[in-house]
Amino acid sequence: MPPAYQPPASTAPLLEIGNLTISFAGEAGWVPVVRSLSLTVAPGERVALIGESGCGKSMTCLAVGRLPPTDQACLGGRIRFEGASLLDDPAAMARLRGRRFAYVFQDPSASLNPVMRIGDQLSEAMPTGHDDDGTPPVPRHARHQRAMELLARVKLPDPAALLRAYPCELSGGMQQRVMLAMALAGSPRLLIADEPTTALDVTTQAEVLNLIDSLVRENGMSLLLVTHNLGLVAGRCDTLHVLYVGQVVESGPVAAVLRHPAHPYTQGLLRAVPRLSSVGSGELHDIPGTVPPPAQLPPGCTFAPRCPYRDTACDEAPALLPIDAQRHCRCHHPRLRHGVPPAATPPEGQP
Amino acid sequence: MIPLVAEHITVSFTRRGRGAFKALDDVSLTLPPGSAVGLIGESGSGKSTLARVLLGLIRPDAGTVRIGERTLFTPSYPRPAKEVQMIFQDATGALNPRQTVFAALAEVLTVIRGLRDGRAALADRVTALLEQVGLSADTAARYPRELSGGQCQRVCIARALAVEPAILIADEPVSALDVSVQARILRLLRDLREQRGLSLLLVAHDLAVVGAVCEHAVVLQQGRVVETGTPAELFRNPQHPYTRRLLNAVPVLE
Repeated sequence: MPPAYQPPASTAPLLEIGNLTISFAGEAGWVPVVRSLSLTVAPGERVALIGESGCGKSMTCLAVGRLPPTDQACLGGRIRFEGASLLDDPAAMARLRGRRFAYVFQDPSASLNPVMRIGDQLSEAMPTGHDDDGTPPVPRHARHQRAMELLARVKLPDPAALLRAYPCELSGGMQQRVMLAMALAGSPRLLIADEPTTALDVTTQAEVLNLIDSLVRENGMSLLLVTHNLGLVAGRCDTLHVLYVGQVVESGPVAAVLRHPAHPYTQGLLRAVPRLSSVGSGELHDIPGTVPPPAQLPPGCTFAPRCPYRDTACDEAPALLPIDAQRHCRCHHPRLRHGVPPAATPPEGQP
Repeated sequence: MIPLVAEHITVSFTRRGRGAFKALDDVSLTLPPGSAVGLIGESGSGKSTLARVLLGLIRPDAGTVRIGERTLFTPSYPRPAKEVQMIFQDATGALNPRQTVFAALAEVLTVIRGLRDGRAALADRVTALLEQVGLSADTAARYPRELSGGQCQRVCIARALAVEPAILIADEPVSALDVSVQARILRLLRDLREQRGLSLLLVAHDLAVVGAVCEHAVVLQQGRVVETGTPAELFRNPQHPYTRRLLNAVPVLE
């Protein structure tokens, strides 16, 4: 087993993304899909990225591993992991990716090799000692035992039989557990989980999320969780960043943001989660309109066309400004309490 | 406006070397005309098997399925029921990636409905179908990859409506969609039920989703009905421990 994790003495962030911009070549020049995005992940911190499809959540995660196709994508800004610059140091990337930080993707059946046994795929993910990454190599004779341990850590029954199985013999939930075991093979400090339960049967989603939660806690890992469902992050993450068309529109501690969402987009996402308390009332909420394609962003505030509170001020693009000690919001009219527009808020001291 | 009555349905699957496995055990379900019933249960509880039986795709070992006056799996009604249509969780996967939306809908109209009234009339029918599910007429020329998940689900609903069914079975229709569009699909299903008098059987794990659309819910565990009632009753006062466990598995914000 790897040595127990010791949190670093300093409070320096594990992952630091600064002014990240990702553009793809379009018919009429570069199209930005992520626009000057900044966030940090501290050791042991669990960070959630929230937004609809097409908001740049996955691209941000992929950029950490320099995984977007470099011949089509242009990455700007900086990404630092444990002090190493990931965007312009290929040697650091080779040393860190899959070792110090590891991924779990959305569709486990597409991530696993269909013609390789589970055991062989797990062994492949183990450190060989040739990577110059400081992790102790797992010798050939010890790999079977290590693979068994990894499968046991993700709570899969009968690991010995599973090692000989092919991915098609496993259910989606089991496949995702195998992907988690592979991610753990390098004893990562940061787990990047990109919609880890979206492709799973809905009833196994909670199981896999709870497993991720307990693995992160047990190993003192940091977590970067991407999801479109705000209901999943409550209690599972510390910090929340809400993304809309490639920009952070709101960020802050999960509990505070969920209790009093300040950005109309966050409010819309929160209202869209079906709730047990509204059963019988027949209420169903959505966010009108759709996410604009990155090549056709509206001028001014990008959310204005879908926003119930827009006015003339929204013709100008808002900046991401602090609204209290820990929270930021990119809106001209942040909803500072219970969704009541500031203008209609009764003066202090009145109920 | 046809009622669907399934009584004492039992289905077993034989597994090599391990004996028979009872997927459904004496399940009865009534779908009055124009009603909406939610079917709740985790994977392996028999939800999909029951849906297939109601579609006429699996012949049960025991029990009867009556759709209106006729009984499925008898000489009077030998083939899968056209009155019952289904939409699936993975809408993008349920569409042929090499078929335009027009081709997908036109195929149903010409092959299953047997309509032979010329291309212009066909185009009108496709446009009408798309309008019913809230899509514009120019969607017809698109391929599934050009559409969002919510739009694909609307195309699937339009394709089911093309058969002019009396009963629509929706198997987890929103769980693969962004939360921001889930409500729109659920509202569409609710409106279709009101406007066309469709009966709806909504298979879902999320009791909040069932509660938003259905007035009656059936909880299935390991092939047996363990609890029934209105969604509000089930949430407020779940009787069966399994229902309580399902309620706890759903992530909640409150």
